[in-house]
Amino acid sequence: MSSIEERVKKIVAEQLGVKEEEVKSEASFVEDLGADSLDTVELVMALEEEFETEIPDEEAEKITTVQLAIDYINQNLA
Amino acid sequence: MSIADKVALVTGASRGIGAAIADQLGAAGAVVVGTATSAGGAEKISARFADKGIKGSGMVLDVTDAGAVAELLRSMQEQYGAPQILVNNAGITKDNLLMRMGEDEWCDVIDTNLSAVYRLSKACLRQMMKARWGRIINISSVVGAMGNAGQSNYAATKAGVAGFARALAKEVGSRGITVNTVAPGFIDTDMTKVLPAEQKDLMLSQIPLGRLGQPEEIAAVVCFLADAAGGYITGETIHVNGGMYMA
Repeated sequence: MSSIEERVKKIVAEQLGVKEEEVKSEASFVEDLGADSLDTVELVMALEEEFETEIPDEEAEKITTVQLAIDYINQNLA
Repeated sequence: MSIADKVALVTGASRGIGAAIADQLGAAGAVVVGTATSAGGAEKISARFADKGIKGSGMVLDVTDAGAVAELLRSMQEQYGAPQILVNNAGITKDNLLMRMGEDEWCDVIDTNLSAVYRLSKACLRQMMKARWGRIINISSVVGAMGNAGQSNYAATKAGVAGFARALAKEVGSRGITVNTVAPGFIDTDMTKVLPAEQKDLMLSQIPLGRLGQPEEIAAVVCFLADAAGGYITGETIHVNGGMYMA
């Protein structure tokens, strides 16, 4: 079983069409990884499915970097 | 990708234009769920589909109930898969001069004709985005473009769904989803049967083709938009009205 960090990074890479090594923890989806606003919505949808949870819209808006996504999953699913 | 074996959801499919759309999509090979507000209406749709050899069934849906929309999508997904074609057809009229129009007459029409388009489109989009393919088709009315005395509520919703389609088309075009509007003119349905004879004659005199349209003539345009053939059209309103209004 891979760690939450690895799973999040894998999903980010798949969704945004970037290489996994580019997905650094501090990377911003929009500024560093080239995501547009719809990409970020899809990314949250993919995270919801991977971790079988629902992320409320007001929380989803705050998830703007890889680390924030990892933190959110850790805090809400651990 | 053609319509065959796609899953389609048509709201308000028990009669009139919605019934014709559901039947034509079904005849083209789609698996169709047609909704009605009552259990009896849903059963009739199922029976009609069975009779015509159409895959799918009728289901009960109150389009003003967000919980019911979520429930419908869940049961559709289980039985047939997520809808790839959504036809927002369900609509009502509560005509009155604005000076006499009650808040309830305004709100009911907005909720059923416009807010339901928001609810259903949003509910279907997730799976369409994942599939990188989808068709959302709103049924508007010539009244949304021309206006009609006594129908300020209805006209507002029918213009509204066209604007909605243009905005959403820009949002989700990159995901292979098209969003269009079909605006029927004066069509031979229960909704127009209730109009007084003088009003009907007056309207007929304004239609160059000199006759009412048939529900099947609206359904044909919806099927074209749903099919691969209509794949490069998005954000558009197609008027089907015998020349009554030319945009």
